[in-house]
Amino acid sequence: MRNLLSITDFSVEEVNGVIETAQKIIANPQAYSEKCKNKIIATLFFEPSTRTRLSFESAMLSLGGKTLGFSDAANSSSSKGESLSDTIRVVSCYSDIIAMRHPKEGAPLVASFVSDVPIINAGDGGHNHPTQTLTDLLTIKTEMGRLDNLTVGFCGDLKFGRTVHSLIQALARQKGIKLVLISPEELTVPDYVKHDVMDKNGMNYVETRSLEEAMPQLDVLYMTRVQQERFFNEDDYLRLRDSYILTAEKLQSAKEKMCVLHPLPRVNEISVDVDADPRACYFKQVKNGRYVRMALILKLLGIE
Amino acid sequence: MEINPIKNGIVIDHIDAGKGMEVYNFLNLSELDCTVALIMNVFSKKTGKKDIIKIDESIALDLDVLGYIAPETTVNFIKDGKLVEKRKMELPLTLKNVIKCKNPRCITSVETCVDHEFKLVDKDNKVYRCIYCESKF
Repeated sequence: MRNLLSITDFSVEEVNGVIETAQKIIANPQAYSEKCKNKIIATLFFEPSTRTRLSFESAMLSLGGKTLGFSDAANSSSSKGESLSDTIRVVSCYSDIIAMRHPKEGAPLVASFVSDVPIINAGDGGHNHPTQTLTDLLTIKTEMGRLDNLTVGFCGDLKFGRTVHSLIQALARQKGIKLVLISPEELTVPDYVKHDVMDKNGMNYVETRSLEEAMPQLDVLYMTRVQQERFFNEDDYLRLRDSYILTAEKLQSAKEKMCVLHPLPRVNEISVDVDADPRACYFKQVKNGRYVRMALILKLLGIE
Repeated sequence: MEINPIKNGIVIDHIDAGKGMEVYNFLNLSELDCTVALIMNVFSKKTGKKDIIKIDESIALDLDVLGYIAPETTVNFIKDGKLVEKRKMELPLTLKNVIKCKNPRCITSVETCVDHEFKLVDKDNKVYRCIYCESKF
Protein backbone atom coordinates (compact mmCIF):
# COMPACT_ATOMS: atom_id res chain seq x y z
CA MET A 1 0.00 0.00 0.00
CA ARG A 2 1.35 3.39 -1.00
CA ASN A 3 0.93 6.76 0.70
CA LEU A 4 1.88 10.27 -0.36
CA LEU A 5 3.26 12.04 2.70
CA SER A 6 6.12 13.88 1.03
CA ILE A 7 6.75 14.46 -2.66
CA THR A 8 9.91 12.34 -2.32
CA ASP A 9 7.75 9.30 -1.52
CA PHE A 10 7.33 9.14 -5.29
CA SER A 11 10.23 8.68 -7.69
CA VAL A 12 10.69 11.22 -10.48
CA GLU A 13 9.18 8.67 -12.87
CA GLU A 14 6.14 8.26 -10.64
CA VAL A 15 5.67 12.03 -10.37
CA ASN A 16 5.92 12.29 -14.15
CA GLY A 17 3.44 9.43 -14.43
CA VAL A 18 0.89 11.28 -12.28
CA ILE A 19 1.38 14.43 -14.37
CA GLU A 20 0.91 12.45 -17.59
CA THR A 21 -2.27 10.82 -16.27
CA ALA A 22 -3.56 14.27 -15.26
CA GLN A 23 -2.90 15.51 -18.79
CA LYS A 24 -4.81 12.53 -20.21
CA ILE A 25 -7.72 13.29 -17.88
CA ILE A 26 -7.72 16.93 -19.00
CA ALA A 27 -7.86 15.76 -22.62
CA ASN A 28 -10.69 13.29 -22.03
CA PRO A 29 -12.34 13.59 -18.59
CA GLN A 30 -15.32 11.48 -19.63
CA ALA A 31 -13.11 8.41 -19.97
CA TYR A 32 -12.37 8.59 -16.24
CA SER A 33 -15.85 9.43 -14.96
CA GLU A 34 -16.54 5.99 -13.51
CA LYS A 35 -13.06 4.79 -12.63
CA CYS A 36 -13.73 5.07 -8.89
CA LYS A 37 -17.32 3.90 -8.81
CA ASN A 38 -18.08 2.53 -5.31
CA LYS A 39 -14.91 4.05 -3.87
CA ILE A 40 -14.98 6.50 -0.99
CA ILE A 41 -12.48 9.19 -0.11
CA ALA A 42 -12.43 10.55 3.45
CA THR A 43 -11.30 14.16 3.63
CA LEU A 44 -10.19 14.83 7.20
CA PHE A 45 -9.40 18.50 7.64
CA PHE A 46 -8.29 19.29 11.16
CA GLU A 47 -7.40 22.74 9.86
CA PRO A 48 -9.57 24.95 7.65
CA SER A 49 -9.16 24.74 3.89
CA THR A 50 -11.29 25.61 0.91
CA ARG A 51 -9.37 24.72 -2.19
CA THR A 52 -7.58 21.58 -1.15
CA ARG A 53 -10.55 19.89 0.50
CA LEU A 54 -12.96 20.80 -2.28
CA SER A 55 -10.46 19.78 -4.95
CA PHE A 56 -10.09 16.32 -3.39
CA GLU A 57 -13.85 15.98 -3.17
CA SER A 58 -14.31 17.29 -6.69
CA ALA A 59 -11.62 14.89 -7.90
CA MET A 60 -13.29 11.85 -6.34
CA LEU A 61 -16.75 12.88 -7.54
CA SER A 62 -15.35 13.37 -11.05
CA LEU A 63 -14.06 9.81 -10.90
CA GLY A 64 -17.52 8.51 -9.99
CA GLY A 65 -16.69 7.96 -6.31
CA LYS A 66 -18.13 9.33 -3.09
CA THR A 67 -16.81 11.48 -0.27
CA LEU A 68 -17.16 11.81 3.48
CA GLY A 69 -15.26 13.67 6.15
CA PHE A 70 -15.10 16.85 8.16
CA SER A 71 -13.79 20.32 7.49
CA ASP A 72 -12.98 21.42 11.01
CA ALA A 73 -11.43 19.59 13.96
CA ALA A 74 -14.28 20.96 16.10
CA ASN A 75 -16.64 18.68 14.17
CA SER A 76 -14.59 15.56 14.85
CA SER A 77 -13.95 13.39 17.89
CA SER A 78 -10.56 15.02 18.28
CA SER A 79 -12.47 17.85 19.99
CA LYS A 80 -13.44 15.23 22.61
CA GLY A 81 -9.82 14.32 23.10
CA GLU A 82 -9.56 11.37 20.72
CA SER A 83 -6.03 10.75 19.49
CA LEU A 84 -5.22 11.17 15.82
CA SER A 85 -4.26 7.48 15.64
CA ASP A 86 -7.70 6.39 16.86
CA THR A 87 -9.50 8.77 14.48
CA ILE A 88 -7.56 7.35 11.56
CA ARG A 89 -8.14 3.72 12.63
CA VAL A 90 -11.87 4.42 12.67
CA VAL A 91 -12.06 6.36 9.43
CA SER A 92 -9.98 3.81 7.54
CA CYS A 93 -12.83 1.36 8.25
CA TYR A 94 -15.25 3.64 6.40
CA SER A 95 -13.21 4.68 3.38
CA ASP A 96 -10.88 3.47 0.64
CA ILE A 97 -8.45 6.38 0.81
CA ILE A 98 -7.86 9.29 3.19
CA ALA A 99 -6.76 12.84 2.40
CA MET A 100 -5.89 14.70 5.59
CA ARG A 101 -4.76 18.13 6.64
CA HIS A 102 -3.49 18.71 10.15
CA PRO A 103 -1.87 21.70 11.87
CA LYS A 104 0.83 19.53 13.45
CA GLU A 105 3.88 18.57 11.43
CA GLY A 106 4.27 14.84 10.83
CA ALA A 107 0.61 14.05 11.56
CA PRO A 108 0.17 12.17 8.24
CA LEU A 109 3.15 9.96 9.08
CA VAL A 110 1.49 9.00 12.36
CA ALA A 111 -1.72 8.33 10.41
CA SER A 112 0.12 6.08 7.95
CA PHE A 113 1.34 3.89 10.83
CA VAL A 114 -2.20 2.88 11.76
CA SER A 115 -4.22 3.25 8.57
CA ASP A 116 -5.46 0.31 6.50
CA VAL A 117 -5.96 2.58 3.48
CA PRO A 118 -3.63 4.98 1.62
CA ILE A 119 -2.96 8.33 3.30
CA ILE A 120 -2.53 11.52 1.31
CA ASN A 121 -0.91 14.45 3.08
CA ALA A 122 -3.04 17.46 2.22
CA GLY A 123 -0.79 19.73 4.30
CA ASP A 124 0.79 19.26 7.73
CA GLY A 125 1.55 22.50 9.53
CA GLY A 126 4.43 24.34 7.91
CA HIS A 127 6.00 21.08 6.79
CA ASN A 128 4.84 19.53 3.51
CA HIS A 129 2.08 19.81 0.95
CA PRO A 130 2.90 17.29 -1.77
CA THR A 131 -0.38 17.44 -3.70
CA GLN A 132 0.06 21.18 -4.14
CA THR A 133 3.49 20.32 -5.52
CA LEU A 134 1.98 17.94 -8.06
CA THR A 135 -0.38 20.77 -9.00
CA ASP A 136 2.52 23.21 -9.30
CA LEU A 137 4.56 20.80 -11.42
CA LEU A 138 1.64 20.14 -13.77
CA THR A 139 1.12 23.90 -14.14
CA ILE A 140 4.81 24.62 -14.78
CA LYS A 141 5.00 21.76 -17.29
CA THR A 142 1.91 23.01 -19.10
CA GLU A 143 2.91 26.68 -19.12
CA MET A 144 6.67 26.41 -19.68
CA GLY A 145 6.78 23.09 -21.52
CA ARG A 146 9.45 21.64 -19.20
CA LEU A 147 10.38 21.04 -15.58
CA ASP A 148 14.15 21.36 -16.00
CA ASN A 149 16.47 24.28 -16.85
CA LEU A 150 14.33 26.88 -15.13
CA THR A 151 15.06 29.81 -12.85
CA VAL A 152 12.42 29.63 -10.15
CA GLY A 153 11.85 32.46 -7.69
CA PHE A 154 10.12 31.80 -4.37
CA CYS A 155 8.85 34.93 -2.69
CA GLY A 156 7.38 35.67 0.73
CA ASP A 157 7.14 33.26 3.64
CA LEU A 158 9.68 30.59 2.82
CA LYS A 159 9.95 29.45 6.43
CA PHE A 160 6.41 28.25 7.10
CA GLY A 161 5.39 27.93 3.44
CA ARG A 162 4.95 24.17 3.20
CA THR A 163 4.19 24.38 -0.51
CA VAL A 164 7.58 25.98 -0.98
CA HIS A 165 9.39 23.20 0.88
CA SER A 166 7.68 20.47 -1.11
CA LEU A 167 8.23 22.15 -4.46
CA ILE A 168 11.93 22.72 -3.72
CA GLN A 169 12.23 19.01 -2.88
CA ALA A 170 10.67 18.17 -6.24
CA LEU A 171 12.80 20.64 -8.20
CA ALA A 172 15.96 19.31 -6.53
CA ARG A 173 15.53 16.21 -8.67
CA GLN A 174 15.43 18.17 -11.95
CA LYS A 175 18.43 19.31 -13.97
CA GLY A 176 19.47 22.91 -14.45
CA ILE A 177 17.26 24.47 -11.78
CA LYS A 178 18.30 27.78 -10.27
CA LEU A 179 16.44 28.98 -7.20
CA VAL A 180 16.06 32.62 -6.24
CA LEU A 181 14.83 32.79 -2.64
CA ILE A 182 13.19 36.13 -1.92
CA SER A 183 12.14 36.61 1.69
CA PRO A 184 12.61 38.75 4.78
CA GLU A 185 15.44 37.60 7.05
CA GLU A 186 12.96 36.09 9.53
CA LEU A 187 11.17 33.96 6.93
CA THR A 188 14.00 32.24 5.06
CA VAL A 189 13.76 28.53 4.21
CA PRO A 190 14.27 26.21 7.20
CA ASP A 191 17.69 24.67 7.57
CA TYR A 192 16.48 21.13 6.84
CA VAL A 193 15.41 22.32 3.39
CA LYS A 194 18.59 24.33 2.87
CA HIS A 195 21.05 21.71 4.07
CA ASP A 196 19.32 18.41 3.47
CA VAL A 197 17.68 19.29 0.16
CA MET A 198 19.39 22.23 -1.55
CA ASP A 199 22.98 21.77 -0.40
CA LYS A 200 22.86 17.98 -0.47
CA ASN A 201 21.64 18.02 -4.08
CA GLY A 202 24.11 20.73 -5.10
CA MET A 203 21.33 23.10 -6.10
CA ASN A 204 22.22 26.46 -7.50
CA TYR A 205 20.52 29.12 -5.38
CA VAL A 206 20.73 32.71 -4.25
CA GLU A 207 18.98 34.46 -1.39
CA THR A 208 17.83 38.03 -1.76
CA ARG A 209 15.53 40.52 -0.07
CA SER A 210 14.54 42.27 -3.31
CA LEU A 211 11.74 41.02 -5.56
CA GLU A 212 12.42 43.83 -8.04
CA GLU A 213 16.05 42.80 -8.52
CA ALA A 214 15.17 39.14 -8.94
CA MET A 215 12.28 39.64 -11.35
CA PRO A 216 14.04 39.93 -14.78
CA GLN A 217 15.76 36.53 -14.50
CA LEU A 218 12.77 34.44 -13.45
CA ASP A 219 11.00 31.79 -15.53
CA VAL A 220 8.66 31.02 -12.65
CA LEU A 221 7.69 33.29 -9.77
CA TYR A 222 6.10 31.44 -6.87
CA MET A 223 4.40 33.92 -4.57
CA THR A 224 3.29 32.94 -1.07
CA ARG A 225 1.15 34.40 1.67
CA VAL A 226 2.57 35.26 5.06
CA GLN A 227 0.37 32.94 7.08
CA GLN A 228 -1.08 34.42 10.25
CA GLU A 229 -1.90 30.95 11.64
CA ARG A 230 1.79 29.96 11.73
CA PHE A 231 2.82 32.77 14.06
CA PHE A 232 2.77 32.47 17.82
CA ASN A 233 3.39 36.21 18.04
CA GLU A 234 0.85 38.57 16.43
CA ASP A 235 3.36 41.44 16.31
CA ASP A 236 5.74 39.40 14.15
CA TYR A 237 2.92 38.64 11.74
CA LEU A 238 1.84 42.26 11.45
CA ARG A 239 5.42 43.37 10.88
CA LEU A 240 6.08 40.85 8.10
CA ARG A 241 2.78 40.40 6.29
CA ASP A 242 3.26 43.18 3.74
CA SER A 243 6.89 42.42 2.95
CA TYR A 244 6.24 41.66 -0.71
CA ILE A 245 3.38 42.73 -2.92
CA LEU A 246 3.44 41.82 -6.60
CA THR A 247 1.87 44.49 -8.79
CA ALA A 248 1.39 44.84 -12.54
CA GLU A 249 4.06 47.52 -12.45
CA LYS A 250 6.65 45.22 -10.87
CA LEU A 251 5.79 42.52 -13.40
CA GLN A 252 6.80 44.84 -16.24
CA SER A 253 10.45 43.93 -15.81
CA ALA A 254 9.70 40.18 -15.99
CA LYS A 255 10.33 38.01 -19.02
CA GLU A 256 7.59 37.87 -21.61
CA LYS A 257 7.44 34.10 -21.26
CA MET A 258 7.22 33.29 -17.56
CA CYS A 259 4.52 32.28 -15.12
CA VAL A 260 3.38 33.55 -11.75
CA LEU A 261 2.12 30.87 -9.40
CA HIS A 262 0.52 31.08 -5.96
CA PRO A 263 -0.92 28.21 -3.91
CA LEU A 264 -3.76 30.53 -2.80
CA PRO A 265 -5.51 31.87 -0.85
CA ARG A 266 -3.93 35.24 -1.42
CA VAL A 267 -4.49 38.19 0.83
CA ASN A 268 -2.75 41.18 -0.70
CA GLU A 269 0.59 39.75 -1.88
CA ILE A 270 -0.61 39.73 -5.49
CA SER A 271 -2.44 42.83 -6.51
CA VAL A 272 -5.65 42.14 -8.45
CA ASP A 273 -4.26 44.19 -11.35
CA VAL A 274 -1.94 41.24 -12.06
CA ASP A 275 -4.85 38.83 -12.63
CA ALA A 276 -5.44 39.90 -16.23
CA ASP A 277 -1.78 39.38 -17.18
CA PRO A 278 -1.35 36.22 -19.30
CA ARG A 279 1.59 35.29 -17.09
CA ALA A 280 -0.69 35.05 -14.03
CA CYS A 281 -1.33 31.30 -13.77
CA TYR A 282 -2.64 30.89 -10.23
CA PHE A 283 -6.22 30.24 -11.22
CA LYS A 284 -5.08 27.73 -13.85
CA GLN A 285 -3.21 26.10 -10.97
CA VAL A 286 -6.48 25.66 -9.10
CA LYS A 287 -8.02 23.87 -12.06
CA ASN A 288 -4.97 21.68 -12.49
CA GLY A 289 -5.22 20.76 -8.80
CA ARG A 290 -8.42 18.89 -9.41
CA TYR A 291 -7.03 16.86 -12.32
CA VAL A 292 -3.76 16.02 -10.67
CA ARG A 293 -5.61 14.81 -7.56
CA MET A 294 -7.77 12.62 -9.77
CA ALA A 295 -4.59 11.11 -11.18
CA LEU A 296 -3.15 10.66 -7.70
CA ILE A 297 -6.25 8.92 -6.37
CA LEU A 298 -6.14 6.51 -9.33
CA LYS A 299 -2.48 5.77 -8.67
CA LEU A 300 -2.85 5.17 -4.94
CA LEU A 301 -5.92 2.98 -5.45
CA GLY A 302 -4.09 1.02 -8.15
CA ILE A 303 -6.64 1.95 -10.82
CA GLU A 304 -5.36 2.84 -14.27
CA MET B 1 37.89 -0.48 46.90
CA GLU B 2 38.02 -3.66 44.89
CA ILE B 3 35.54 -5.08 42.42
CA ASN B 4 36.19 -8.61 41.26
CA PRO B 5 36.46 -9.49 37.58
CA ILE B 6 33.38 -11.14 36.09
CA LYS B 7 33.39 -14.55 34.45
CA ASN B 8 30.53 -14.18 32.01
CA GLY B 9 28.96 -10.87 31.23
CA ILE B 10 29.38 -7.36 29.90
CA VAL B 11 31.67 -4.53 31.00
CA ILE B 12 30.82 -1.04 29.86
CA ASP B 13 34.10 0.76 30.26
CA HIS B 14 35.44 4.30 29.79
CA ILE B 15 32.15 6.02 30.60
CA ASP B 16 32.82 9.71 31.25
CA ALA B 17 33.08 10.24 35.00
CA GLY B 18 29.68 11.14 36.41
CA LYS B 19 27.69 9.75 33.49
CA GLY B 20 27.47 6.18 34.78
CA MET B 21 24.07 6.59 36.42
CA GLU B 22 22.62 8.08 33.24
CA VAL B 23 23.87 5.09 31.24
CA TYR B 24 22.54 2.73 33.93
CA ASN B 25 19.09 4.31 33.68
CA PHE B 26 19.00 4.49 29.86
CA LEU B 27 19.77 0.77 29.64
CA ASN B 28 17.12 -0.02 32.29
CA LEU B 29 19.67 -2.04 34.23
CA SER B 30 17.61 -1.76 37.42
CA GLU B 31 15.24 -4.28 35.86
CA LEU B 32 17.89 -7.00 35.63
CA ASP B 33 17.95 -9.84 38.17
CA CYS B 34 21.70 -10.46 37.92
CA THR B 35 24.43 -8.61 39.79
CA VAL B 36 25.19 -5.20 38.32
CA ALA B 37 28.00 -2.98 39.58
CA LEU B 38 28.11 0.73 38.86
CA ILE B 39 31.54 1.99 39.79
CA MET B 40 32.09 5.71 39.67
CA ASN B 41 35.21 7.85 39.63
CA VAL B 42 37.59 5.00 38.88
CA PHE B 43 41.18 6.09 38.19
CA SER B 44 41.89 6.28 34.45
CA LYS B 45 45.29 6.79 32.83
CA LYS B 46 43.64 8.40 29.82
CA THR B 47 41.07 10.71 31.36
CA GLY B 48 41.93 10.84 35.04
CA LYS B 49 38.55 9.49 36.13
CA LYS B 50 35.92 7.26 34.53
CA ASP B 51 32.81 5.26 35.38
CA ILE B 52 32.40 1.54 34.73
CA ILE B 53 29.35 -0.71 34.69
CA LYS B 54 29.74 -4.47 35.12
CA ILE B 55 26.88 -6.84 34.37
CA ASP B 56 27.47 -10.31 35.75
CA GLU B 57 25.59 -12.24 33.11
CA SER B 58 25.76 -12.68 29.33
CA ILE B 59 22.47 -11.13 28.33
CA ALA B 60 21.15 -9.52 25.16
CA LEU B 61 21.11 -5.77 25.68
CA ASP B 62 20.30 -3.11 23.12
CA LEU B 63 23.47 -1.12 23.49
CA ASP B 64 23.04 1.06 20.38
CA VAL B 65 21.83 3.99 22.44
CA LEU B 66 25.29 4.15 24.05
CA GLY B 67 26.64 5.45 20.76
CA TYR B 68 24.51 8.54 21.31
CA ILE B 69 24.53 9.11 25.07
CA ALA B 70 28.07 7.89 25.78
CA PRO B 71 29.99 7.46 22.51
CA GLU B 72 33.28 7.37 24.43
CA THR B 73 32.47 4.00 25.98
CA THR B 74 33.92 0.64 25.10
CA VAL B 75 31.81 -2.45 25.64
CA ASN B 76 33.67 -5.65 26.54
CA PHE B 77 31.97 -9.02 26.28
CA ILE B 78 33.41 -11.59 28.68
CA LYS B 79 33.04 -15.35 28.34
CA ASP B 80 34.64 -17.87 30.69
CA GLY B 81 36.72 -15.09 32.14
CA LYS B 82 38.12 -14.08 28.75
CA LEU B 83 37.51 -11.02 26.63
CA VAL B 84 35.74 -12.31 23.48
CA GLU B 85 34.67 -9.03 21.92
CA LYS B 86 35.56 -5.39 22.38
CA ARG B 87 33.08 -3.00 20.78
CA LYS B 88 33.57 0.72 20.19
CA MET B 89 30.27 2.52 20.09
CA GLU B 90 29.06 4.35 17.00
CA LEU B 91 26.24 6.81 16.55
CA PRO B 92 23.08 4.77 15.97
CA LEU B 93 21.20 5.37 12.72
CA THR B 94 17.96 5.85 14.62
CA LEU B 95 17.08 6.91 18.15
CA LYS B 96 13.77 5.73 19.55
CA ASN B 97 12.45 7.31 22.76
CA VAL B 98 15.88 8.54 23.77
CA ILE B 99 15.33 12.23 23.08
CA LYS B 100 12.13 14.19 22.62
CA CYS B 101 11.25 16.59 19.82
CA LYS B 102 11.12 20.15 21.12
CA ASN B 103 9.22 21.60 18.17
CA PRO B 104 5.82 22.74 19.49
CA ARG B 105 4.43 22.30 15.97
CA CYS B 106 5.42 18.62 15.85
CA ILE B 107 2.67 15.99 16.11
CA THR B 108 4.59 14.37 18.98
CA SER B 109 3.77 17.42 21.11
CA VAL B 110 0.12 16.32 21.21
CA GLU B 111 -0.03 12.66 20.17
CA THR B 112 1.20 10.93 23.30
CA CYS B 113 1.15 7.32 22.10
CA VAL B 114 3.75 7.67 19.34
CA ASP B 115 7.45 6.91 19.65
CA HIS B 116 9.81 9.85 19.62
CA GLU B 117 12.03 8.77 16.77
CA PHE B 118 15.01 10.52 15.20
CA LYS B 119 17.22 9.54 12.30
CA LEU B 120 20.89 10.33 11.87
CA VAL B 121 21.37 12.71 8.93
CA ASP B 122 24.88 14.04 9.54
CA LYS B 123 27.29 11.69 11.27
CA ASP B 124 30.21 14.13 11.38
CA ASN B 125 28.22 16.83 13.14
CA LYS B 126 26.08 14.40 15.15
CA VAL B 127 22.86 15.77 13.67
CA TYR B 128 19.59 13.89 14.11
CA ARG B 129 16.21 14.87 12.71
CA CYS B 130 12.77 14.09 14.03
CA ILE B 131 11.12 11.64 11.60
CA TYR B 132 7.83 13.54 11.91
CA CYS B 133 8.65 17.24 11.59
CA GLU B 134 12.34 17.00 10.53
CA SER B 135 13.47 19.36 13.28
CA LYS B 136 17.16 19.17 14.06
CA PHE B 137 18.47 17.81 17.33
